[in-house]
Amino acid sequence: MMTDIAVLLKQVPDTTAKIVVSDGRVDESAVNKWSISPYDEYALEAALEMGGAVTVITCGPDRAKKMLTDAAAVGASELLHVQVDDLTTLDSNQVASILAAAVAKTGLNVVFCGKQAADSNAGTIGPAVAEKMGAACVTMVSELSGDASEFLALRPSANGMERVAVSSPCVIAFDKTVNELRRPNVKGIMMAKRKTIEGLTPSDLGVDISESKVTLQSQSPPAEKPAGQKFEGADSVSIVVNKLREEAKVL
Amino acid sequence: MVTIIAETSGNNLHPFTAQLVGAAGGDATVLCPGGVGVEQAAALTGVAKVISVEGDCFSSFDGGAWAAVLGAVATGRIYAASTPHGREIAARIGSAKNIPVVQDVTGIDGDSITRPIYSGKAVANLTVSGDCVLTLRPNIFEAAQEGGSAQVSTVNQSADVATSVREAIAKASERLDVSEADIIISGGRGMGNKENFAYLEEIADKIGAAVGASRAVVDEWGLPHSQQVGQTGKTVNPSLYFAVGISGAIQHLAGMRSSKYIVAINKDADAPIFGVADYGIVATWEEALPALSQALSEL
Repeated sequence: MMTDIAVLLKQVPDTTAKIVVSDGRVDESAVNKWSISPYDEYALEAALEMGGAVTVITCGPDRAKKMLTDAAAVGASELLHVQVDDLTTLDSNQVASILAAAVAKTGLNVVFCGKQAADSNAGTIGPAVAEKMGAACVTMVSELSGDASEFLALRPSANGMERVAVSSPCVIAFDKTVNELRRPNVKGIMMAKRKTIEGLTPSDLGVDISESKVTLQSQSPPAEKPAGQKFEGADSVSIVVNKLREEAKVL
Repeated sequence: MVTIIAETSGNNLHPFTAQLVGAAGGDATVLCPGGVGVEQAAALTGVAKVISVEGDCFSSFDGGAWAAVLGAVATGRIYAASTPHGREIAARIGSAKNIPVVQDVTGIDGDSITRPIYSGKAVANLTVSGDCVLTLRPNIFEAAQEGGSAQVSTVNQSADVATSVREAIAKASERLDVSEADIIISGGRGMGNKENFAYLEEIADKIGAAVGASRAVVDEWGLPHSQQVGQTGKTVNPSLYFAVGISGAIQHLAGMRSSKYIVAINKDADAPIFGVADYGIVATWEEALPALSQALSEL
């Protein structure tokens, strides 16, 4: 049985991009490259490997549409964009509500996403969307086999790893997998350019975004560390070990 | 009032739970999933009430079932540890109650909350209104001490379990995981090849440390991804982090810069890793690691 899957994607600054904070906000104009959040790429790849139709869904500003086209170039068939100009103005429950409503609109019961996004590093969305769908969720999945009637998902456990059985409706939140990510070919890129992106607003989906319960006051650079002590040569190793014991008290 | 979802480890309370209690600043209600660690929780200062939350669902981890049972008892502002299970339960409970979730919090002052974003390359300063679920980054908040004697009650609830464990795969080695360890010794491309990680492992075993790796060596030499520290690996904040032969690419720094103390060993005096190191040693690993091994033996 081929499984049709909805994949939740987030567009983030490429992990190689320098994050510059100015006037209390991360300066988006200083970001030279926007990409699909890395773990979401593994989710997309896993969905494409299932062989069914893949619907990609994102919530974000206009620039996020390019990411959907990029996903189409490697094989996503339906593209759904929910317009939110600034995601930092929404709280997690609002974003989860939007995405769960978008999934409901597709009629799909199997959702793949990354274990967390590379900008917010939160990991809330997968389980939160599952909760609203009344679905099971397995997170940090690094290997998946089977189909919607029964997936087997490999995840970390207290004693190592474990393989967990789960069936539709479910959300699978992916860690890095061993799968090689497919790259678009020329034909894929050309076809993707002609694909329509279905555009929706939160209110189209019945989600009220007027009152966020979390307000972003500012973003700031990380606290500066005082300059460290630097030593030359392996002879200094014993000095440092001594300092770790006497000064830092960590040994 | 704060409700705390206890973090447990085997049959005991995990030390992170005392940190959650410390951060709550008194009058906390602690929920112990599966009844684990009830007496230890009741003995912490600042705990007003302990609820032993029992039920069949606690025999293995199912985020949906755990959240349903714990969420039914949790009220007000809810704290959990920012661990994989803590985050998943928090996300579920927030979603079920239609309240926001803020993960991996590093500072709380009333309704003002700070958390790292972009893997520590920036910080978000937030305010929350009303009830919310917060997960707290381990080893940031001061732990509550023993000395309390809270009352204990028990609830027993059932929930649908939608997942079942089919196969358990034991860890390949007994060595600690980087996300659990208080000391980490990591190697990068400067180690030359995979086999040379044996030198790091020898030192790790001596001091009970975990062995980490940079993205480059995980990708190129096939080390387990579970060892990868950095933006697409694990974010760690141990007390002590050794970076050996790691130049300090921005993705790596993002995963380890919040470590309490950082020691960098690199032969290139201009390597960016020295910019975040508390103690930098300009030397080859071939010379530095035997000296480190010996110095640690003499402690």
